[in-house]
Amino acid sequence: MEIAVYLAFILMLSIFLGFELINKVPATLHTPLMSGSNAISGITLVGALTSAGAEHSGLATILGTIAVAMATINVIGGYMVTDRMLAMFKKKGSAK
Amino acid sequence: MGIELLVNLSYVAAAVLFIFGLKMLGSPATARKGNLVSAIGMFIAVVVTLLDQSIIDFKWIVAGIVVGGAIGALVARRVEMTGMPEMVALFNGFGGVASLFVGWAALYGFEATTFELITIVLSILIGGVTFSGSMVAWGKLSERISGKAIVFGGQRVFNIMLILAILASAVMFTLSTGPATSIYLYLVIGLSLLLGIMLVIPIGGADMPVVISLLNSYSGLAACAAGIAINNIILIVAGALVGASGIILTQIMCKAMNRSLSNVLFSGFSAVSAGG
Repeated sequence: MEIAVYLAFILMLSIFLGFELINKVPATLHTPLMSGSNAISGITLVGALTSAGAEHSGLATILGTIAVAMATINVIGGYMVTDRMLAMFKKKGSAK
Repeated sequence: MGIELLVNLSYVAAAVLFIFGLKMLGSPATARKGNLVSAIGMFIAVVVTLLDQSIIDFKWIVAGIVVGGAIGALVARRVEMTGMPEMVALFNGFGGVASLFVGWAALYGFEATTFELITIVLSILIGGVTFSGSMVAWGKLSERISGKAIVFGGQRVFNIMLILAILASAVMFTLSTGPATSIYLYLVIGLSLLLGIMLVIPIGGADMPVVISLLNSYSGLAACAAGIAINNIILIVAGALVGASGIILTQIMCKAMNRSLSNVLFSGFSAVSAGG
């Protein structure tokens, strides 16, 4: 049950933190920000690695391997797409 | 102990990089660098995880990373600039299904306590909703399915029944033992996939960016729940961070469109009641 208390703390702190971080973002950055934080949610890759690598049973390994592939698409694709969006954003800004 | 400490300290560093990355993403001058900072955090988290002693077999990990990395890089490079929001939806869906599988895989290999079973069922449920919801959002934006709000008579009643059925199977799943567990497990998976579809089809294509932002928040929560299930602190912290910042970004996006979140989410339903 201890972990539930820790979790409540982490959730509370990250909600305040999330609010402070996102509060005053210009509208042009909404989509890149969404894409960038989407890439962070690919952190589930870390969990997938331990499922795929620790030999529990056949099914856990299969699930873990699919999860690794899916989460890697999320991470690599997410960061690259965000970078492309922001690169264009910069060009637009300097052209003005 | 030595390696475990190193892994956990590196997770703290990764969390700090995620926070700075998000902060920098919020300002035009630093946004691109912020994305890089956050990517470095992800790289650190992944590399130190590979040092974990419970990982004894690397061949499937390498296969998954090579396949996933190649697909992700190829698609991210090829996509047209106008296709970005649906690309994010697609990636988000993959993240959701990954959390679903991480939660599912956590069922094997150790005896889960009731609390762990609850977090497992949460990661499966939220991951499933994120996946199917994101796929519908992607389909609507890329016009593979109609961008119009899809509504039918009795939709609200159907959705309420669906949520009750999910709650019932989730409770039965956490209480059951033996072979019955897998029946309820498949029920939870199937029903949560259906719920994701039902939540997004009544929303019009123009509102999809807001929906994707909300689903992005869900995928963070799914990662967070998976993190509790497998007892991994970086999943919990990063997932909660994305969950919280995602929901606030959703709010801000709604405000920018001069609408409220509930207005967007239930627009399809109110159209039905207004129509008769």
